[in-house]
Amino acid sequence: MQVLYARHHVRVYRFVLRLVRNQATAEDLVSEVFLDVWRQAGRFEGRSQVSTWLLAIARFKALSTLRRRTEGELDEESAAAIEDPADDPSDVLQTKDRNAVLRQCLGQLSAEHREIIDLVYYHEKSVEEVAEIVGIPEGTVKTRMFYARKKLAELLAAQGVERGFL
Amino acid sequence: MNPMSDEERRTLEELLPWYAAGTLDGRDMQRVRDAIARDPELASSYQAIREELAGTVHLNETLGSPSPRAMDKLFANIDAEPARHQVRSADIAERISAFLASLSPRTLAWATVAAAFVIVLQAGVISGVLLNQTSGPTTLASGPSSATVQGAFALIRFAPTATAGDIAQLLEANKVSIADGPTAGGIYRLRSATPDLPKDDLAKLIEQLKQDQAVSFIAPTE
Repeated sequence: MQVLYARHHVRVYRFVLRLVRNQATAEDLVSEVFLDVWRQAGRFEGRSQVSTWLLAIARFKALSTLRRRTEGELDEESAAAIEDPADDPSDVLQTKDRNAVLRQCLGQLSAEHREIIDLVYYHEKSVEEVAEIVGIPEGTVKTRMFYARKKLAELLAAQGVERGFL
Repeated sequence: MNPMSDEERRTLEELLPWYAAGTLDGRDMQRVRDAIARDPELASSYQAIREELAGTVHLNETLGSPSPRAMDKLFANIDAEPARHQVRSADIAERISAFLASLSPRTLAWATVAAAFVIVLQAGVISGVLLNQTSGPTTLASGPSSATVQGAFALIRFAPTATAGDIAQLLEANKVSIADGPTAGGIYRLRSATPDLPKDDLAKLIEQLKQDQAVSFIAPTE
């Protein structure tokens, strides 16, 4: 378990942190995910990568946590949430850095779009693996990614970064 | 060559993010590669996706790591369930035994040969990297915070499809070596063989490496 934890805990933490946007909640979820894995080790059938299995459990737990929160708690937690490195407008304005604008826009995407972009680009998950983690058909994975990128292009255009293509 | 239909273009555009991340299967990988080579619009879209990928990796890498509290809590909970642990350990051992028993002697023999080959290959790659590091112009200590580390550095993540040969070739051709890593995000710290490389030259080197198919992310670092 120590090896499994050492190898995967940072990625699981970053994945749930992007969903719940609260460090303490994300840390609790990491503990819960690995405890579940320890309890269910016998059920892992080896059909998918361990990281895919972990992210699927992490996602389920993160969404359950979000559902338990009331609207008020969400607002309060959002205010106390970590400072997203992509959310500093002064940084963008001062540096006029295209990459900083891009990161800011990535931070403005909806949870659904942010999730799929993170899974594809950062967690390097294939279409099939994303489908398994998110629990949607493979065709929907591609379409959702397409629209996430389209939304990103719109946000970039609003910041003055025109790309003219997706 | 026939022009691409709208439907074909849309299908290929949808695959571009996975192509950039290197997670398509071989057939689709080749299909997208060929399409990018003959369609400037798809090529432009691919460049935009590489920027998005780099931005996403950078954003996630700045999120930090969980505090030791998460691990303490986990292992305290595990310690509270000693009986379950023993049962589960036995389960896993039984599952491995059952799996091995289900293989034919021929399959097992091939698996053994394959495993031995992988170990020898790994040993070769590790030795190569170590030799490469020791032949560099500067001394590298164990971590990035070491005061003895000098030179120009970049953070790099290799494409999942990059082979050990591709990486070795990239390192040699660009006169760079692996200084540290990988981190949890699969990021390595790359060091230029030229100590005190001017900032402009480092930027040029990074731009050059960005074009390499073996690279999925690269950015300068201290």
